[in-house]
Amino acid sequence: MAEKRTKKEPAAKKETKKPAAAKSTAKAPAHAAAPAVSPEKSLAKEARVGVYICHCGTNIAGSIDIPAVQEYAKTLKNVAHVDNYQYMCSTPGQKKIETDIKEHKLTGIVVAACSPRLHEPTFRMATKMGGLNPFRFEMANIREQGSWVHMHDREGATAKAQDAIRIAVAKASLLQDLIPKSVPVEKAAMVVGAGIAGMQAALDLANAGIKTYLIEKNPTIGGRMSQLDKTFPTLDCSQCILTPKMVDVGRAANIELMTYAEVDAVEGYIGNFDVTIRRKARGVLTPAEAEAKGIVGGGCNGCGDCDVVCPVIKPNPFEMGMKPRKAIYIYHPQVVPLIYTVDFDSCVKCGLCVDACGDKKAIDLEMKDELVKVKVGTAVLALGYDMFPIEKKEEWGYNKYENVVNSLEFERLICASGPTGGHLVRPSDGVTPKKVAFLLCAGSRDNTGVGMPYCSRFCCMYSLKHAHQIIEKIPGVQPYIFYMDIRSFGKMYEEFYYRIQDEGAKFMRGRVANILENPDTKNLVINAEDTLLNRPISLEVDMVVLAAAVQPSEDTDRTRKLFGVSKSMDGWLLEAHPKLNPCGTTTAGVFLAGVCQGPKDIPDTVASAEGAASAASIPIHIGEVELEPYFAQCIEEKCAGCGMCVNLCPYSALALVEKDGRKVMQVTEAKCKGCGTCGGFCPGGAIWMQHFATPQVVAQIDAFLLGGEQ
Amino acid sequence: MAEKDWKPQILGIVCNWCSYAGADLAGSARTQYPPDIRIVRLMCTGRVDPLFIMKAFVDGADGVLVSGCHFGDCHYLEGNYKAAKRMFIMKSLLKNMGLEDKRLRMTFVSASEGAKWAVVVKDVVDTVTSLGPSPLKEFGH
Repeated sequence: MAEKRTKKEPAAKKETKKPAAAKSTAKAPAHAAAPAVSPEKSLAKEARVGVYICHCGTNIAGSIDIPAVQEYAKTLKNVAHVDNYQYMCSTPGQKKIETDIKEHKLTGIVVAACSPRLHEPTFRMATKMGGLNPFRFEMANIREQGSWVHMHDREGATAKAQDAIRIAVAKASLLQDLIPKSVPVEKAAMVVGAGIAGMQAALDLANAGIKTYLIEKNPTIGGRMSQLDKTFPTLDCSQCILTPKMVDVGRAANIELMTYAEVDAVEGYIGNFDVTIRRKARGVLTPAEAEAKGIVGGGCNGCGDCDVVCPVIKPNPFEMGMKPRKAIYIYHPQVVPLIYTVDFDSCVKCGLCVDACGDKKAIDLEMKDELVKVKVGTAVLALGYDMFPIEKKEEWGYNKYENVVNSLEFERLICASGPTGGHLVRPSDGVTPKKVAFLLCAGSRDNTGVGMPYCSRFCCMYSLKHAHQIIEKIPGVQPYIFYMDIRSFGKMYEEFYYRIQDEGAKFMRGRVANILENPDTKNLVINAEDTLLNRPISLEVDMVVLAAAVQPSEDTDRTRKLFGVSKSMDGWLLEAHPKLNPCGTTTAGVFLAGVCQGPKDIPDTVASAEGAASAASIPIHIGEVELEPYFAQCIEEKCAGCGMCVNLCPYSALALVEKDGRKVMQVTEAKCKGCGTCGGFCPGGAIWMQHFATPQVVAQIDAFLLGGEQ
Repeated sequence: MAEKDWKPQILGIVCNWCSYAGADLAGSARTQYPPDIRIVRLMCTGRVDPLFIMKAFVDGADGVLVSGCHFGDCHYLEGNYKAAKRMFIMKSLLKNMGLEDKRLRMTFVSASEGAKWAVVVKDVVDTVTSLGPSPLKEFGH
């Protein structure tokens, strides 16, 4: 059936002998001229397909009758050779393909094994080593979409495998030589988000000699880590270990830091991303910006004279709203860069700050957002996290009872640079609490539909740290920890857990049913069940700290869509492979660092950031990348020049051009990403989608439904 | 037709980035579902030419499932929107041809929704099974 679609011309078969096809990186035209031979006519006439069936140990052979599949494959049209092997991906398995291509003069290869998402590159390489163009390979997925999902239906799984091979052979019979396009990689990278993950990734990239744009939405870098007091289990002061890195980032010659900025648009592909950055109107000029405007010696030097005179008072988000800031503000004294920011939403434009600033002329209350375009080769997303809005778990009274706080608020309350100078006090009356309860899994591991189903991973450890901190600071205090399980999984974490037990924290295994406030004392009564002792508890404490779940940061969804990155079921960004490519994404050239991929503590975040930076530096150091040659081509004799496709293309890769007195479509290959949306619509069938061409797909459909036996 | 032994022939056309990956995830999680579907992988559901659907039905397919990324999640920005529009039109076309439009289904299964893929396939198989063999089967050959 498939065969009938091939036209007269004998075409590309001779390529078998030509190893040049393998040396693909040579040069591909950036712009497509009309192909020398119409792609439609260059399909092989006599296909000789080799079929290889993998046992994958018992993964496939356990649920699929391999001999039956092999016998069946032999009956298929165009099949010249059939073999099976324990592990096709092993070296001997690959060798079979290489030698058989020569011995049996094969023009196409089908391997029936796992998913092409796993081993297509492996077998393409084997095909290439055998002297065939690697794109003459097609995979039949009989494991992930066969043996593994029909484990108890041997007959059904075997029939499905036979069909899958028939479909793959039909396509392999019509595959063409394709030459991947090689494009140069811009020697610059971008990191979005400047928390500890983004800072680490940017420093690594910069130290590897790569110009790096570091984009941060807040006025300062530092992220969540800068809000923390101590870090577990070493009890290092968070700011003390973080600020040197912040300073390094601020000083690194290779880092172009853009704070108070966000990514506005992304175009292009690996090696050549054109990113538009919105620099939000900050209302304050840096010394460099002032100098560019001819204000010598001007610009913000962080003196804070403006802060003193500003009449507008707003809560400071860095202090979780527990400390005021002005309409012109910095988050805290160690900000990088040390530049004030005007909050135009609350500024009344009285101009007092402008007067106070004087000759520095740093303040411009008429400043507007500015769009900056940069070109980068790769990008790292380090978008971080937000606290889960724990008031949604109404039974615990957050935002209802004053003395119920979340853990990030606790961090600020216990921090020496925080609103209380490090003296833990109850928000209701400013009294030092003597009994403090910590509720773990607040909104995490929650299957009620209100909270998050996942484990937020670092709450157990920071709550142990919190218990330690109050014991250290408040004589006679009693911490109570309500937990489901204590997950102390990291290096020296379990030892830290024992230490906190020894220090006198009381552990109660059980989820808290509800919390009630005594309206007179503002004390809180916790009702729970101690599941180890099998009895209900009712405990009155002075203060409750909810170890709230974490969730993807507010603009994660917007940013990921700009970069074409998918999300997991739980909203965290989806990695290319959970085990083997945890920093990669399905968008080539875009990598993930830190918590935006899933909850991580600081060591794991830094490790992931270093991994992402390393991965992002590789294409830049190689200097060029190969793009899969799945772009569209125009079959000019069929093209009516209607231009429907031009409007459909999301990448503006298509245009109508005059040729021989009529209009035809022309593809700019460098812009085409190969989605095929144009090819799916062309009323005249004039668009040839390489590797997914209409005759190839129709051959697959026919092979499935009409059979392909000889 | 031997009603009891009859198994529907269903073509699944899925995109590489979301639904194919989701189907792979169902595999690695060993989520079991009926085997009565055969998959053709394209890079994007935007590539789904109405011709593919027509060809499948003319060839005698009892059902066609087109599955892509969720709206807003398309690897190519908006291919799935365009596919969804086309499927809408195709459905009304099938109706006019006297074919139950339930035989054509478009779903959105992301790369992390292995369990959903299994539910979708089971649902499509059940729907098509209850409709019985395609009346176009006779014309296929």
